Amino acid sequence: MFTVCCEAHTTKVSRNANMAKLQAGYLFPEIARRRSAHMLKYPDGQVISLGIGDTTEPIPEVITFGMAKKAHALSTLEGYSGYGAEQGEKQLRAAIASTYYGDLSLEESDIFVSDGAKSDISRLQVMFGSNVTMAVQDPSYPAYVDSSVILGQTGQFQKDVEKYRKIEYMKCNPENGFFPDLSTVSRTDIIFFCSPNNPTGNAATREQLTRLVQFAKDNGSILVYDSAYAMYISDDSPRSIFEIPGAKEVAIEVSSFSKYAGFTGVRLGWTVVPKELLYSDGFPVAKDFNRIVCTTFNGASNISQAGGLACLSPEGLEAMHKVVGFYQENTNIIMETFTSLGFSVYGGKNAPYVWVHFPGQSSWDVFSEILEKTHVVTTPGSGFGPAGDGFIRVSAFGHRGNVLEACKRFKQLYK
Amino acid sequence: MEKLRNGYLFPEIAMRELEHMKKYPTAKVISLGIGDTTEPIPDVVTSSMANHARRLSTVEGYRGYGAEQGNKALRKAIAETLYGDLPIKDTEIFVSDGSQCDISRLQLLLGSNVTIAVQDPTFPAYIDSSVIIGQTGDFQDETGKYQNIEYMPCRPQNNFFPDLTTTATTDVIFICSPNNPTGHAASRKQLEQLVEFARANGSIIIFDSAYAAYVTDDSPRSIFEIPGAREVAIEISSFSKFAGFTGVRLGWTVVPDELLFSNGFPVIKDFNRIVCTCFNGASSVAQAGGLACLSSDGLMAVQSVVDYYKENAKILGDTFTSLGLDVYGGINAPYAWVHFPGMKSWDVFTELLEKTHIITVPGCGFGPGGEEHIRVSAFGHRECILEASRRLKSLLS
Repeated sequence: MFTVCCEAHTTKVSRNANMAKLQAGYLFPEIARRRSAHMLKYPDGQVISLGIGDTTEPIPEVITFGMAKKAHALSTLEGYSGYGAEQGEKQLRAAIASTYYGDLSLEESDIFVSDGAKSDISRLQVMFGSNVTMAVQDPSYPAYVDSSVILGQTGQFQKDVEKYRKIEYMKCNPENGFFPDLSTVSRTDIIFFCSPNNPTGNAATREQLTRLVQFAKDNGSILVYDSAYAMYISDDSPRSIFEIPGAKEVAIEVSSFSKYAGFTGVRLGWTVVPKELLYSDGFPVAKDFNRIVCTTFNGASNISQAGGLACLSPEGLEAMHKVVGFYQENTNIIMETFTSLGFSVYGGKNAPYVWVHFPGQSSWDVFSEILEKTHVVTTPGSGFGPAGDGFIRVSAFGHRGNVLEACKRFKQLYK
Repeated sequence: MEKLRNGYLFPEIAMRELEHMKKYPTAKVISLGIGDTTEPIPDVVTSSMANHARRLSTVEGYRGYGAEQGNKALRKAIAETLYGDLPIKDTEIFVSDGSQCDISRLQLLLGSNVTIAVQDPTFPAYIDSSVIIGQTGDFQDETGKYQNIEYMPCRPQNNFFPDLTTTATTDVIFICSPNNPTGHAASRKQLEQLVEFARANGSIIIFDSAYAAYVTDDSPRSIFEIPGAREVAIEISSFSKFAGFTGVRLGWTVVPDELLFSNGFPVIKDFNRIVCTCFNGASSVAQAGGLACLSSDGLMAVQSVVDYYKENAKILGDTFTSLGLDVYGGINAPYAWVHFPGMKSWDVFTELLEKTHIITVPGCGFGPGGEEHIRVSAFGHRECILEASRRLKSLLS
């Protein structure tokens, strides 16, 4: 029997002040909410989603076959496996090392398999603790900033500038070629850098990354390099920070199978922590990350890992390239559309995101107008940081028919 | 991070096992250490995971990002099937990739300015995650405890339940029942006292019910069987020991709507924000498996594997009892907690390993209150359990 009290019981536990600093919800559930509300308002509206960067194309059979096989094997005496190594299955770690870091002298033991980049970012933050300072690109993927706030690394949000105190925001805009002017960036302990970039789509050049590594070296900073979109690079921009000499002593790299293999729901990624990366007292960062992984995590799903191994077989790699190529073609179509309409269009060449400029306009207003008038969901640039205002991110994940239809509607709206 | 002692307990055990196997390459090592499930997952469950995987290759069956809180059908199934007549809503259930991860996400939610109480002995993740998030002081070698954590002794003398009259007030109280490592399932009366204690002190109980499926008697399987618990407790649970999902990774956390911080803010809102920001949902394949576990065929199938392990526990418990040792647990949990009076638990661990090639877990790995005890886990093939019993009988009789 549950007794109803006239006054609700509150505990005496104070709400975590860091949680209270967060402004509203995480960006993408907000976009999802707006989308749902719109669909309720216009049930016949044929909403097309180019907002949340969610993959849409089926996973190649060679990969799902690997997962189905593992699932069936779990019902057999010989094939059953329980807890896996928290760092990931040896075979998969080795395959990641040889496929993506083969000629970069990184080994299986430097690779930590995970359930995805978003979780890894928070685990890295837990490892760093609350007493570090961090720098992010502006605009940037919201998880870097939000996780920093949650861990207590930041001060309060300042509404007038739309920034959290104590975070160093490194502006990336058309004027500076979407690469921060490092001469104006203050020193921080950690620097988050994403290339190819979400949301701007820009891929940093070898020269730029060399300067970035030097900057980190000079300042004794740790670079957390997010390379989740590396397979979308179509020119000779570096695909890994470790292509830059000296990077092993300053960088951690985070990556993911989400956008390569359509694993957004399957959940699989990895983090590289080189043995050479040391704290100020000489303690290896990899040792602490290993401890975090063993204590706050229990390994990625063994079925997802079997899928990952299949992805890295020759057949799997070829299949992934095909799917990536499909989304790249979507990106071209979207870029051409906005370019033909006279917009300044960025990104797209090396990433599945097109960054469209709407000078002088509030990005949430543009988002709403596009949604109202074309029933296409995009993402307002300001959701990624104040320097994102005036821009809209259009993601290129979608069935070809939907992408073509969306572009048709854009042409009608902006002709 | 600097405050943490050595490595996490279970990788330490794994390391010792490897070393031992190198030393005795022909010995048949039997692992009753890390509580890792060994029996195959029933077909009805794995077929559904395989089907889900295959469907991801089709246009109609492909799914991308799922809701971070979990698949709605699974959340509903957990609420209806596992919480049956308790008023738990599907919206209060957050599906995860397992309790170890949920514990840390809850710590992130709570932040570094809360104080915690744990049972002594206890599953190490509550303490280690607390240290990592900055809630504790330094480790003190003399006591084997971290400063600023309230350790609540659980011994045979107090029926393995904290004496709440001598327990200091803390913001958070971690309770695991059925208990890892002691195997004790708290009684209804004990849990009523706990809920009353939490209400009076304004504390939040984090109740770990990962072994609820092992309860044999009428001990509560959920903290929410206790009136008033909705306003003071969070419950975490897992498919690991219930369905052999230790490698597949699936669990859940229940945060009731009525649970409020001191300023009236609902805890569930903040936990939702954590889940959306620091996590991206459990694998859709694992979730498909979870749903199959909760079908009527699935439930029957996984329960028979649980019964198999329970029979193992009985065999091990009887073995130690027949050797004149005091054995606890084993009835409502897959762990036997064996007392070796006057002996150091690492010494017992080492002797057992050297002389019988059986891996166990030294009780002090679970806290100073675990000293003089060994945890023997009941997960294993029946023949291994029987062989282990034979070896123990020859060594200790």
